[in-house]
Amino acid sequence: MATVVVYVEQEGGKPVRASTECLSAARATGSTVVAVVAREGAKDAAAALGKFGASKVVCLVGASKYSPDATARDLAKVVRDQKASAFFAAATASGKDVAPRVAAELDSTLHSDCVGLEASGDGFRVVRPWLAGKAIATLSSRAPVTCATTRPNVFQASETGGTAEVLEVPASADGKAVVASVAPKPGGKLDVKEAPVVVSGGRGMKGPEHFHLIEELAAAFGNAATGASRAVVDAGWRPHAEQVGQTGKTVAPKLYVAVGISGAIQHLAGMRTSKVIVAINKDKEAPIFKVADYGIVGDAFEVVPALAKAVQEVRAHK
Amino acid sequence: MKIAALIKRVPTTEAQAKVGGDGKSLDSSGFQYMPSFYDEIAVEAAIQTKEKVGGDVTVLTLGPQDAAKELREFIARGADAGAILVDPTWHARDARATAKALAKKISALGSELVLAGRVATDRDQASVGPMLATFLGWSCVTEVIALEIAPEKGVAKRETEHGVETVEFTLPAVVTCNKGLNEPRRPNLKGIMAAKSKPVAEEPAEAIENQAVVEKVELPPARKAGRIVGEGAAAVPELIRALREEAHVL
Repeated sequence: MATVVVYVEQEGGKPVRASTECLSAARATGSTVVAVVAREGAKDAAAALGKFGASKVVCLVGASKYSPDATARDLAKVVRDQKASAFFAAATASGKDVAPRVAAELDSTLHSDCVGLEASGDGFRVVRPWLAGKAIATLSSRAPVTCATTRPNVFQASETGGTAEVLEVPASADGKAVVASVAPKPGGKLDVKEAPVVVSGGRGMKGPEHFHLIEELAAAFGNAATGASRAVVDAGWRPHAEQVGQTGKTVAPKLYVAVGISGAIQHLAGMRTSKVIVAINKDKEAPIFKVADYGIVGDAFEVVPALAKAVQEVRAHK
Repeated sequence: MKIAALIKRVPTTEAQAKVGGDGKSLDSSGFQYMPSFYDEIAVEAAIQTKEKVGGDVTVLTLGPQDAAKELREFIARGADAGAILVDPTWHARDARATAKALAKKISALGSELVLAGRVATDRDQASVGPMLATFLGWSCVTEVIALEIAPEKGVAKRETEHGVETVEFTLPAVVTCNKGLNEPRRPNLKGIMAAKSKPVAEEPAEAIENQAVVEKVELPPARKAGRIVGEGAAAVPELIRALREEAHVL
């Protein structure tokens, strides 16, 4: 059976969901899965990884500060030591940062942001978007190690595994770059790439002073992040971290609500794989309605507060 | 300081995808091209660094000969020279094959700092920058939104799901640039005139076999036709019902 090494990201001693999804995707290929956890809190996160499919967990311990290049070398060493035929990580900010370096350390190429992953013969086959999802490519690999990152919110994290053996390995201390500090996000705001629900606003919101309506609708859902179209980010109404589309972030939430967004091709590319799309726009000819599962033609200033109230009521009665 | 900024020619963001005749590529016949969106942020960071610490900026691409056009536009903004590693099928290279060829050229140029976009908006790999750094044995910071370069080291900020990281690193380094890092300047007439006489060197890109093998390319499945549930706030109850009973997302 093939062995796959998975880099698991953790925060405060808990594995992040994108990483448990990646672990389960690796396990679903029928491979033996070795998880690697780094940074402060690694040992606390290790115990939970068996149930997501890891049979062994390697904790990189003892580094006073996190270094992405040292971590990449440590990960490549685990891949070699375990004689693994594949290396996977979640396509989070940290996963995207480390995975290409692990691949290069192994003289292998990388398949980024995969939406499909399966065993094929004695290797693996991956599916990934090109042009932000305007086309979908299926690839196999001639690399010594198949390296891939998995897109958050696409794979199912399943808690069907058992317990894992936990090993501690000293982390390398010779990083050329180190994370000196992290300024936490204010108020635990959800990231647009990770949130199960995304509420986005566009030019139809008419000005930054009206985006509290978008925020209130997101708050009503409870588990939602706020997003934005390129036009409103370029206009300085919203921060670029919220931009959804080909020149922003590609998202695949369970529910995407587009408010006052006409649906330019570059925006559609970034959100068309959302499971359910709702569009609210006063122009019934807007292209966004062509990809939306449910549409309301109307004034955002009237519809959005009514929707927020209704969502709140539904959730209160659950 | 010798600085290089990496450019990639990609289809414009308005481009529609069409599958090529072999079923394993994109039909490029209708494509218009542009430098990838984030590249101009990388070039601006390179020029600002030169203005602060001195040195020169080379804009480097692996692509077709015709990409000289894009390079001259960046030279007009303040870069000093251009270089093309010529490969007419540049878009079909995998990330490793691109990074390896670039690593050789960066060594030959003697660069100490390489700036690149956070991702190229065609294959969306976000890999060439950090792979290049690894092949060169350099430090690397990706997706930066703030950057300070001193003679032998630098400090950068990058946004993650958990907050903003401050990363300290030594030079030489590869830094990939995110939106928000700077406001790219426009070329002025003087720059455009001067760019005409600046050198753009060409040499063939080293041939490196791809490890990624494309088995097929498809268009994404069309989304199932949706419906307009109604008009105005009066349609909200029906939307709520559909989200609960049909879509099961509420």
